[in-house]
Amino acid sequence: MTEANVLVVLDGVGESLKKSQLELLSAGRLLGTVSVAATAPVGEAVLAQLRENGAAAAYVPDGADLSEYLVGPTAAWLAEVVSASEAQGRPVRAVLLDNSPTGRETAARLGVRLGAGVITDVVGLEPDGTAHKSVLAGSYEDRARATSPVSILTLKANLDLGSPAAPAPGSAAVTPVAVPADALTRSARVTGRAAKVSSGRPDLTEARVVVAGGRGTDGDFGPVEELADALGGAVGASRAAADAGWVSHDLQVGQTGKTVSPQLYISAGISGAVQQKAGMQTAKVIVAVNSDPESPVFEIADFGVVGDLFEVLPQATAEIKRRRG
Amino acid sequence: MGDTLKIVVLVKHVPDAQFDRHIGPERTLDRSESILSELDEYALEAALQLTDARGGDKGGNEVIALTMGGPDAANALKKALQIGASSGVHLSDEALAGSDAWATSLALAAAIRSLGEVDLVITGMASTDGETSLVPAQLAEHLGLPQLTFASSLEVSGRTVAIQRDGEGVTETVEAELPALVSVTDQANEPRYPNFKGILAAKKKKIATLSLAEVGLDAGQVGAAGSLTAVESAKPRPPRAAGTIITDEGDAGVKLVDFLAAQKLI
Repeated sequence: MTEANVLVVLDGVGESLKKSQLELLSAGRLLGTVSVAATAPVGEAVLAQLRENGAAAAYVPDGADLSEYLVGPTAAWLAEVVSASEAQGRPVRAVLLDNSPTGRETAARLGVRLGAGVITDVVGLEPDGTAHKSVLAGSYEDRARATSPVSILTLKANLDLGSPAAPAPGSAAVTPVAVPADALTRSARVTGRAAKVSSGRPDLTEARVVVAGGRGTDGDFGPVEELADALGGAVGASRAAADAGWVSHDLQVGQTGKTVSPQLYISAGISGAVQQKAGMQTAKVIVAVNSDPESPVFEIADFGVVGDLFEVLPQATAEIKRRRG
Repeated sequence: MGDTLKIVVLVKHVPDAQFDRHIGPERTLDRSESILSELDEYALEAALQLTDARGGDKGGNEVIALTMGGPDAANALKKALQIGASSGVHLSDEALAGSDAWATSLALAAAIRSLGEVDLVITGMASTDGETSLVPAQLAEHLGLPQLTFASSLEVSGRTVAIQRDGEGVTETVEAELPALVSVTDQANEPRYPNFKGILAAKKKKIATLSLAEVGLDAGQVGAAGSLTAVESAKPRPPRAAGTIITDEGDAGVKLVDFLAAQKLI
């Protein structure tokens, strides 16, 4: 790709950009000149951040609050943004989104609207647009490309971009683009939202460190949570632990839960059956603590401890605190 | 129509995730040792609960299990019929092999249109093989339906479907008018098992086999030819080199931190 125009979709932008959102911008710069489509209005601070990160344009929705709807209207609006960008002399060749369920579904519907190929679960990107994609729960890695003129990619957190160039500042101005009214009529509407109690920990899917507990915790996640907090990480759980009601299903990692790709994954009291290994395969470093030396998790662990997690985890937590003084 | 429901449930024959799975030389999945996708059982159960509450098949409701794929894919339909689906539809054509999400959803949308008016399309949260989660949303877009995805519960009252879903840090209630597409998570219900009566009853139920031409598509629109993505290579992740395994002698927590420090992780 020679300096293609890349549309980076930023969903859920707050007061400032999150690490995963800055990563999407870096990925965009790897492929070409970046414009941003933010699904809600952005403040001055965010606009300044977008410019620092090379954004040449910032599109925001006009005429409807997209957060009141699920996916469909956002995809319809993004198709309008792609048209608007082309009308301004910037034909979009790639659209990048995060790999959250919403990101993937928005990509899916936009793909149908634009006749564009969609590649999900991207863990690495080359400047020519070739995507490295984790498949079969992380047991295989594909190199894949969209064969359509426009490609749509959803990128996992902590993705591998080689060594991206530092951004040249962009001059993005905010351009409102109308949300097409007909997109709202046949849509699913969010009629209620209840915030869950916040753990104060990083999101599981983008955390650099994940400490996950399984059946071996016997329902006591205290040592898992304390180690996660000492490492500034997120807490995860096996399906068995979530099914037992010990933790919320949001924390479930694996075949039917979330796949994570942190720098460090610490598995505690998880045997590592195939479906459990699935969630941790793409972690850079895996540490396992399990009392059963025959646990399959030890086959994939970079560092394994055969021992009682109720002894090992608190000792590690205390040692980390001690070294930090 | 009154309070009856005509529901299409997508079912898929997938390699059993209990075993290691493999990608063959043609860069497509080895489909030996396949089963009805576990996540589709929740979709089927959701459909059966909705129709059971309205008098089941006798009350004029229908649960149609739909699959696409080669001859083996019919096994997923047979299982669905044993569990309680009213009938099965098998979209089968050699040209479908190698379809990506785009081509798959195009073909499934055409098959659903051929069934006449449908109130609900229900799917699992993902297939356990492709795992892209693209097909439900793409199907909804092709059919012009609202999508209510990742439902941990759902109910239909009158012509309105309402679901609960768990997002990051938030639980949402979402509503739409029928017809609509809903995908359910493994929290939505406890799928039932086929019982003896169900297995006997399934033998009398019909599986309709549809060709591409019968749903109005030609070979160039599906399979590798109709796909918008291409896999250039597929390789197993290099096996993770066996690491260091120690047995706790009272200082394993400290050794663990030594390891993390050596890896520059703390």
